[in-house]
Amino acid sequence: MSPVETSVSRREQRHSLALTVGLALVGVNLLVALLTLFWTPYDPLNASGGRLEAPSLLHWLGTDRLGRDLLTQLMIGARTALLVGTGAVAIGATIGVSLGVLAAFATRIADDVMAATLDILIAFPTLLLAMLVVAASDSASLWTAILALGLAISAIVARLTRILTKRVLRQDYIVASRTSGTSWAGVVFRHVLPNIWPTLSVNFALQFGLAVIAEASLSYLGLGAPPPNASWGRLLQEAQGTVYTAPIGAIAPGIALVALVIGMNLLADGLRDIGDPTRGRSR
Amino acid sequence: MLLRLLPGDPANALLSVGADAAQIEKAREQVGSNLPLWQQFLRFAGSLARFDLGTSFVSGKPVIEEIAARLTVTVPLALMGFLLSILIAVPLGILSAVKADRWYGGLISTVSQLGIAIPVFWVGILLVTVFAVTFRLFPSGGFPRRGWQNEGQVLYALALPVLTIGLVMGASLLRYVRSATQDVLGSDYLRTARALGASFPEALIRHGIRNGAVPIVSILGIELATTLLGAVVIERVFALPGLGSMLLLAIEQRDYPNVQGVLFISTLLVLLIGFGADLTQRLIDPRLRERAVGGSA
Amino acid sequence: MTALLNIQGLCIRAGDKPLVSDLSFSIRPGERIGMIGESGSGKSMTAMAATGLLPVSIGVSGSIELDSQQVVGATDRVLNRLRGAAAAVVFQEPLTALDPLMKIGRQIAEPVRRRLELESGKASKDAISREVRDLIDKVALPQPERIINSYPHEVSGGQRQRVAIAMALACRPKLLIADEPTTALDVTTQAEILKLLDQLVRETGMALLFISHDLPVVAQVVERVIVLKNGVAVEEGPVKTVFGNPQHDYTKTLVEAARLFDEALGATGS
Repeated sequence: MSPVETSVSRREQRHSLALTVGLALVGVNLLVALLTLFWTPYDPLNASGGRLEAPSLLHWLGTDRLGRDLLTQLMIGARTALLVGTGAVAIGATIGVSLGVLAAFATRIADDVMAATLDILIAFPTLLLAMLVVAASDSASLWTAILALGLAISAIVARLTRILTKRVLRQDYIVASRTSGTSWAGVVFRHVLPNIWPTLSVNFALQFGLAVIAEASLSYLGLGAPPPNASWGRLLQEAQGTVYTAPIGAIAPGIALVALVIGMNLLADGLRDIGDPTRGRSR
Repeated sequence: MLLRLLPGDPANALLSVGADAAQIEKAREQVGSNLPLWQQFLRFAGSLARFDLGTSFVSGKPVIEEIAARLTVTVPLALMGFLLSILIAVPLGILSAVKADRWYGGLISTVSQLGIAIPVFWVGILLVTVFAVTFRLFPSGGFPRRGWQNEGQVLYALALPVLTIGLVMGASLLRYVRSATQDVLGSDYLRTARALGASFPEALIRHGIRNGAVPIVSILGIELATTLLGAVVIERVFALPGLGSMLLLAIEQRDYPNVQGVLFISTLLVLLIGFGADLTQRLIDPRLRERAVGGSA
Repeated sequence: MTALLNIQGLCIRAGDKPLVSDLSFSIRPGERIGMIGESGSGKSMTAMAATGLLPVSIGVSGSIELDSQQVVGATDRVLNRLRGAAAAVVFQEPLTALDPLMKIGRQIAEPVRRRLELESGKASKDAISREVRDLIDKVALPQPERIINSYPHEVSGGQRQRVAIAMALACRPKLLIADEPTTALDVTTQAEILKLLDQLVRETGMALLFISHDLPVVAQVVERVIVLKNGVAVEEGPVKTVFGNPQHDYTKTLVEAARLFDEALGATGS
């Protein structure tokens, strides 16, 4: 049996490639989103061309059914997506980590109750929870969606945080730290958080992608942000009726969505490999 | 674990919060939100026992009738989609783990990465574009009027939706199957079996499958719940008269009994699925059966 | 007598990193050899290589002859027949080495059934059942009924290791490879398992390859010993000679460390 080139170095190459691609995809979206704060090719709200025009030099991606430039809509969609993703994850992370850490310290009974509640909440798909919240609030707006998704995410984050924190609290160095006089708050900030951060951050990146997709689904269903805020989901919904005559409207937003989410997932994978180089089978 | 008997209270509570001004009085009468909260809950529980979920504001028909009718669309759709996703995910997942060093193993895992980034409704739209519009193979939407009495037509109408769900859920499930298989492949008990003379396939089948299934079962529970939800979105894409479209319509029309009914049923289904997954896991894995595991060395 | 296991110029590499370099030794039938080294010295690798169990990503070159059959480059079919009948392995971690979802009785029955089927075509339930009990008895496990119907996590670590030994014995191997079999056990259980291994090997006339990092443990059970450092054999010879009068520096440090440890224990009177 001749020595087979080990898959280790090949795997490493693949990982750094994935990381670069991920970074690039997310970076492009970020830049585009920031750009729209100052400038867009055309006015997003008003028609600037005929209806459902095919792509041309004037309108790179053509126009939608109301004559608005599609590229502009797409760019703003990037801004919406990033806003939703970041906002939802931020809310989810803040609430989730706080709850999770508290739960890890809680007394036995409180902890059991919390664990059971979290389990039940998590059994619900994110989208359903989001729909519940949106339905409960009267007006559908961007912030409602972000809040709804944030809450859904916080449940998942809380459970993960609780498990991770408990694991850390069992370690010997915690006892050592406490006996040397550190308060519980100090323990949390100095030992718990830095230790659980690597796993959590990877999870955040993944939730980002899920939030973006969920928002797109909500918009598609008509429960998302209303017209001034373009969302890729809503663009797809509008384009669905005219997919025969103007296919690009149904394809471009989808590709943009996929690109952003894949980019984020690749980043997450890359982060995971950086944070935990012991992955992969040993022996 | 057995705390999963929480009723649809969250749904009830949330809805009594967000009421449109014009509907408030009518809603209050019916729902009884002018009564103290605990009495409301009792009323709700009571009507539950009688299988009465209220009456629709809009159509005046009992909510439960409408739900039952819609379930005949949503449930088969979700189940078939789920089965398809398993059929796709399990063989491909195992293959991509066992043959990780071959090109097709890596390809499968890359494609599945794609699969989890794609929103399910977009896949639906794409499939419609390709199969229904361009090639005219399948209908682009709608459901036969007479429903299940005409089975052939129903299956025909559900073909694309089921495919959509199957592909997307399959991609997601694939990653878990692959991960579980990798764990099995690197496990010590597999090594022991082989060291004592078992062939690779034999060891994999006899020990690998059951051990690999343990983490998968709990995931399957979540995936089934997600599939149910995916069906909701898909119904919009393919204009299917299922539970999802009922919910959306009811929200638009502020038809609270309907909304409440659907949310209650879906909550119930999700809980049942979770419960089922729990039970199955306990059946397979004897380690979970102990109340207090002694943590033997 | 032809060697049972004959290793010549064995090199094991993971990518460009050498794990074992130019290792040669042989084990005759009934002989008891020990392999000593720290973690990472390549001793477990050698054992895995000897039974053809190394993953594809690890490169093996050289010659390994097990029961007159070349292992390096052999097909799975050949290796499957060889494993068990020619050599069986007992591993370090009994908890993970056993299938957690299968009752112990069934797990022991598996190699028994395989051997019976190989020998005489059919294996009756009675024959299998009888031999399983017989094996449980041989490894000095009490209450055979309870053991047979228990799951691995329901018995103690020492008992689990006895089960692993029983499973290895079920194959009636010519060579028993024990890869750090007592490292995961507490000291008292360790002594029991060692005694058991010693007794079984003597009774059945099996050859033994005992791998460990623990000098005193190895010294109790084997006749000859090979010392490995970073994948290279630095010293070899009868136990008394190597430990009593070590030649290589590394061996000297090992022996010295063990002696100090023993002295420390003696001083505290434990």
